[in-house]
Amino acid sequence: MAQRDPAPSQPTAAGAPAVSLTIPVAPEMEIVATAQADALGEYIDMGRDKIDEVKLALVEACINAFEHSHTEDNQVHITFRVGGRREAGEWLEIEVLDRGRGFDTAGVESPSPQKTFEERRRRGWGLHIIKSLMDEVQIESGEWGTRILMRKYK
Amino acid sequence: MNETCRVSVERRGDVAVFWTDGYINNQGGEEIAREAYSELDRGARALIMNLEKTRIVNSIGISILIEVLEKVMERKAVLAFCGLTPTIDKTFRIMGLAQYAAIYPTEDEAFRAVSAPA
Repeated sequence: MAQRDPAPSQPTAAGAPAVSLTIPVAPEMEIVATAQADALGEYIDMGRDKIDEVKLALVEACINAFEHSHTEDNQVHITFRVGGRREAGEWLEIEVLDRGRGFDTAGVESPSPQKTFEERRRRGWGLHIIKSLMDEVQIESGEWGTRILMRKYK
Repeated sequence: MNETCRVSVERRGDVAVFWTDGYINNQGGEEIAREAYSELDRGARALIMNLEKTRIVNSIGISILIEVLEKVMERKAVLAFCGLTPTIDKTFRIMGLAQYAAIYPTEDEAFRAVSAPA
């Protein structure tokens, strides 16, 4: 049962320079999205390892939407924003939005190596990986769909 | 587009060395698994996976590598990884793969370690 949030809240960085991309729910389309993360990470001179972390988190957010959203428009909408001051605190923010059926964010069971190896429950790592690799993550979900907003500082 | 990884394998005695090139997703993971099970069936005692040409993985691909690791452990064999990017290394540690498989910086170090007498 999805939580009944009425609608996604406004992104924290509304008004920041943004690039939008819509990808179909199809194999390997998540890699198309990572090319944009690569370009914007380089634009703000983010280090290679941090860009790789952003790309992996983005891949996880996309495949989460592909696998679980059951979206009727068969699309995932991604917005990339950059902001902050050049001297300190520049960031790359990515919003991944699907208009699927949503999920209960409070009901997601935390994965662990013990569950993975001893109970052979190998899946369910996506959100945990996203939270581990990004600096700030907001996840909102309801009958309107799911929005993952994640930010990485340079 | 086709980002799925290519896998090549070389046998050195009872050690099988795998090189991946590209994205390890479900298809890439399954390709690695097929090759790994084939080498185990042919008597490999240790598998080394050199991922230096792989810059991105996903959790589905890693879950398949975990299946491979479980099979390796059942056969009393050894699995080692090398050439990981810092992000892939970090993700392997998050998912616990590093608790059950050894990770080495280079293929030479991995080969020396798995070739050493028990």
